[in-house]
Amino acid sequence: MSNMMEVQNLRFTYKGAAAPSLKGISLPIEKNKVTALIGPSGCGKSTLLRGMNRIHDLYPGHVYDGAIQLLNPDGESYTDILSLKKEAEMIRLRQRVGMIFQKPTPFPMTIYENIAYGLKLSGVKKRADIDEIVENSLRDAALWGEVKERLNHDARGLSGGQQQRLCIARAIALKPEVILFDEPTSALDPISTLAIEEMISVLRESYSICIVTHNMQQAARISDYTGFMYLGEMIEFDQTDNIFMKPSVKQTEDYISGRFG
Amino acid sequence: MRLIANRLFLIFSTLAALIGLFFLGWILFTLCAKGLAGLSLQVFTHDLIEGGLRNVIVGQIIMSGVATVIGIPVGILAGVYLQEYGGDSKLTEFIRDLSDVMMSAPSIVVGTFVYAIVVIPTGHTSGWAGVLALFILMVPIIVRTTDDMLKLVPVELREAGIAIGASKYHVTMNIVIRYAKAGILTGILLAFARVVGETAPLLYTSGSSEFWSTDLTGTFPSLTVSIYNLATMPDEEMVQLGWTGAFLLTAMVLVINLIGRYASNDKRR
Repeated sequence: MSNMMEVQNLRFTYKGAAAPSLKGISLPIEKNKVTALIGPSGCGKSTLLRGMNRIHDLYPGHVYDGAIQLLNPDGESYTDILSLKKEAEMIRLRQRVGMIFQKPTPFPMTIYENIAYGLKLSGVKKRADIDEIVENSLRDAALWGEVKERLNHDARGLSGGQQQRLCIARAIALKPEVILFDEPTSALDPISTLAIEEMISVLRESYSICIVTHNMQQAARISDYTGFMYLGEMIEFDQTDNIFMKPSVKQTEDYISGRFG
Repeated sequence: MRLIANRLFLIFSTLAALIGLFFLGWILFTLCAKGLAGLSLQVFTHDLIEGGLRNVIVGQIIMSGVATVIGIPVGILAGVYLQEYGGDSKLTEFIRDLSDVMMSAPSIVVGTFVYAIVVIPTGHTSGWAGVLALFILMVPIIVRTTDDMLKLVPVELREAGIAIGASKYHVTMNIVIRYAKAGILTGILLAFARVVGETAPLLYTSGSSEFWSTDLTGTFPSLTVSIYNLATMPDEEMVQLGWTGAFLLTAMVLVINLIGRYASNDKRR
């Protein structure tokens, strides 16, 4: 397998809910590819994404069933991340599987500290190392030129698009293996959106990416694989070209042609 | 018809506001007129026994300050528990309701309570008894403001912290509290302003003293209690000193409140 992650027959039930929100989802996240998840609101695509770094566990009481396999650093064996229990293991998981949210979430710190914070927590101690990673991450996130003069300014003074790129820099500073994007451009203007999309196609060379999007053109533009979800089920998963050109399931065709959703 | 109702409502509410402002202005005017008359350098350089207010002003600030220093960690930690760890359990709701009740508890009741549990057993009034009474008054205020301010922190920010591999503890300490810092600070300032002007809880806990003292284990000088005592004295000069003390106290509370207001307006750059 060259899959970075493998979701296997995942069922997920929110705390107190009668029915599961994910009803047996399987999909691969291929290495150095972009996998997009599309589907109407409430189909479970964000729920699925938020299972892949177990951010759901911030709120106790949800029930997982099935498996989410993550490739170990040895490149051969896999670990089921649903079997992780200790907080230290969960922290390690989130360092390996980063996440970008819909709304930019700069921490109430300076631009520099926003990136250095995760690094320090992960055990990078030397100031020179941190400086170097901060600069490289900002360069990779195409933000260095705009902020290098004001690294010690409050990050909340940046524009929305800059804040989102800062969040990406913050995630890649930790050298994750997978980056999850949860509708990363739905709060941004078209120019900032374009900048993020271009960045994602560059990031693909170094990371495995999974992106949830409401914007079907975006999925068509930037992804290699696309999964169409509906009511907690994976209706169709295929190469993006196939999904958009010749979908094999009628429901997929109806959705992407705008007949429902 | 609707136009008349509208007009009437406007007139009445303006009138009500003016009445309120009128009395406030009157109080401030009287305070300034009578208080400023006795204001001199001697007030700040001499203790009460020598006709100044130095020891009681310092005593009042020490007691309020010590109560604040102990109250801040207790209040903030309790607020953090309510918002970050308590969830929606029965205990959380109970603590929240309790601190609401405590916030509106009459301060004389708190004073009496401390009198019963500290002053009677030890046999004398003391600075620590005063500190305890002020502490009991201010903790619920800090708990509630911390609770309210942490509630305003976007949930996405907590998730983002978790998502870069921070533990819940780190997210709370480094991200959530820092985000809510200005609001919590305002709450602390307002709580301080509230207790620094209290008389009833100190009346029979710290008592007051005419002499310089920084020893909290004994009867402790208090500005508010002294104002109360001075105001009832037959001696004109003493009454004048009481007015001056009242003026200084009001000015102090006003300044702290203004700083609090300013800090809360300034939290977004």
